[in-house]
Amino acid sequence: MAKQEQPGLLILEIGGVCGVLKGHVELLKKHFHLITMKEFLKNKERLSEKIKSVFIHECRPVIDRELLQSLPHLKVIANSGVGVDHLDLKLISSFRVKVTNTPHAVSDSTADIGMALMLASARRLVEGCQIAVSPQTEHFAADWLGDEVTGATLGIIGMGSIGYKVAKRAKAFDMKVLYLNRNRRKEEEEQAVGAHYCEKMEDLLQQSDFVMLVVNLTPQTHKLIGKRELELMKPTATLINISRGAVVDHDALVEALQNGIIKAAALDVTYPEPLPRDHPLLKLKNIIITPHIGTATVQATRMMTEEAVANIQAVLNGLPIPSEVIPQ
Amino acid sequence: MFRVKAFCLIEAIHLATGCPRLAGRLIHPAVVCHVHHWTKRSTDSMWSYRTGPNSSGEAGVSALQTKIMEQGELPVLLVNEVGGVRGVLKAHVEFLKKHFHLITMKEFLKNKKHWSKKVQAIYLWWHKPIIDRELLESLPDLKVIANSGVGMDHLDLKLISSFGVKMANAPHAVSSSTADTGMALLLASARRLVEGCQTAVSPDTECFADDLLGDEVTGATLGIIGMGSIGYKIALRAKAFEMKILYHNRNRRTEEEERAVGAIYCTKIEDLLQQSDFVMLVVSLTPQTHKLIGKRELELMKPTATLINISRGPVVDQDALVEALQTGVIKAAALDVTYPEPLPRDHPLLKLKNILITPHLGIKTDKTTRMITEEAVANILAALNGLPIPNEVFP
Repeated sequence: MAKQEQPGLLILEIGGVCGVLKGHVELLKKHFHLITMKEFLKNKERLSEKIKSVFIHECRPVIDRELLQSLPHLKVIANSGVGVDHLDLKLISSFRVKVTNTPHAVSDSTADIGMALMLASARRLVEGCQIAVSPQTEHFAADWLGDEVTGATLGIIGMGSIGYKVAKRAKAFDMKVLYLNRNRRKEEEEQAVGAHYCEKMEDLLQQSDFVMLVVNLTPQTHKLIGKRELELMKPTATLINISRGAVVDHDALVEALQNGIIKAAALDVTYPEPLPRDHPLLKLKNIIITPHIGTATVQATRMMTEEAVANIQAVLNGLPIPSEVIPQ
Repeated sequence: MFRVKAFCLIEAIHLATGCPRLAGRLIHPAVVCHVHHWTKRSTDSMWSYRTGPNSSGEAGVSALQTKIMEQGELPVLLVNEVGGVRGVLKAHVEFLKKHFHLITMKEFLKNKKHWSKKVQAIYLWWHKPIIDRELLESLPDLKVIANSGVGMDHLDLKLISSFGVKMANAPHAVSSSTADTGMALLLASARRLVEGCQTAVSPDTECFADDLLGDEVTGATLGIIGMGSIGYKIALRAKAFEMKILYHNRNRRTEEEERAVGAIYCTKIEDLLQQSDFVMLVVSLTPQTHKLIGKRELELMKPTATLINISRGPVVDQDALVEALQTGVIKAAALDVTYPEPLPRDHPLLKLKNILITPHLGIKTDKTTRMITEEAVANILAALNGLPIPNEVFP
């Protein structure tokens, strides 16, 4: 298909901090006429006729009313990643534009990061690495100990695709798995991973050695974990967040970590990202923070782009859309 | 018949240690089965020493109890030190003192004449005290040396045996937490976790760039070299990550064991090295496994592969590893063990960017260290009471 006949795909930019990965450009250009925001703004009149789809990477470009109004032929906004909390779904829907995400591409690598954070935190891996290379280290102390993961209790809050994959992995570590979810899973699914359903959040919080947040961010899950929830947790417990920063009340978390209400935290996500450099969370010793690397693998990022391309093509061709997100 | 024997032994351990948990663990059917297999061959078949058959003893439960009460005084146990950098954990002292009269090397050396005829057992913690001919000669009544942990490479087994002293290790206690350490290193290395933590807190960080891409663990190929208890537990965990598992071992595991973890046997180490994305070393250190991974083996690995060592430092030729990492022969390494520990502060391994080194985390949890001491105590008491030692090690 000649370049001019290919449907126009708007992206923020190629490369750079939030830009589409350079390695994926070839794949995109196979199917679309790629237009960057810079090019679009230079030549709005001509290009607005061509743009049928937008590809969102790292929450960019920002979709607002002005942009939607300037794209009369826009059919679909394809998000790279599963979380769409950065999109105003109702607004977009009012312009009759579809929204898609990439749930399949993200689940394995995000579950893996959840496990990586739990293990690293429990076994004091990051601290250990510092000791191993520190110029001051003369010997490795025998009484420097971490917490056992095998046989411990993991409470999973949010048992969707990702949460279920976490449960599967945790089972192999002989962990006792408790879970909380909007809807209870089927008995066979529970049995397959040895997961026990908790009717009430309190039950899960009070019994868990590790609490892992795997929900998506919605008005209902905003500040789901606050002072009350942290106080219900064991003082020996660790909170792990691989969902969205805003699911946790950061101020309450700082206080809980400072006062030993809970033992430690491991966050792949914060609000904002990155945290301001003077944020109290950055000063604590009993926390590890990673820069939202949940899906940061060569393979997962590639799969996300491929999944987004498949979604866009389905929309443009009037076919059933693999992963459409419908506003509630 | 085995279960009856195991039951008698378990009762003895229960009474001796007061630890129903330890006994309960041994009585679990899966473990009984495992113990049965384990008595037929060593837990890590790359060992050049053997563990003995778990035959039943003549003495029953009540005899053990009577014997302990008859003695009046507790048997004397020698340890290197209590607390400090390498000493027996202070938290374990109370438990040890329940069964033994504890003396440290310092106390022993101060009054050798008095103590030398009394010491019946030694409990090693982090390979200390060093067992040499001089020490053995000064302890005529020494019956058993109990090691904390499973590795015995720091001991001259033939020498110790020549003095009629029995030896024991603690293989059960260590396996889960060491397997967990292996998985922790694999994940942290693959996903560039430590680098990520540094970015997240660095004062220079203004935004999270897209370029901290790591490697997918799910679906990757893991090659396990050494499929004993620990290696097998790693396979169990890796399977849940849908990893393809290859393994190399002197003896092949049974078909059911292989199927349970989806592990494929590689007769030749080359096959494993050439196909693996992650190579994990889980052997014990013996003359056969010394520098098992050298220049040749590293060159056989994929240039995109990561080497993970949770066994012993000398299993890897460290000079060859430095070169391989510097020149991109392999992608990265993650070492929980080195030689020596810690490395000298100017060692080239410490300067590399594509390496993760941890301070021998293997068994460093509250729970596992306690279990190790419990297992060692059970070994010692069995030896002192003429019962079969649960984890005896022969040269």
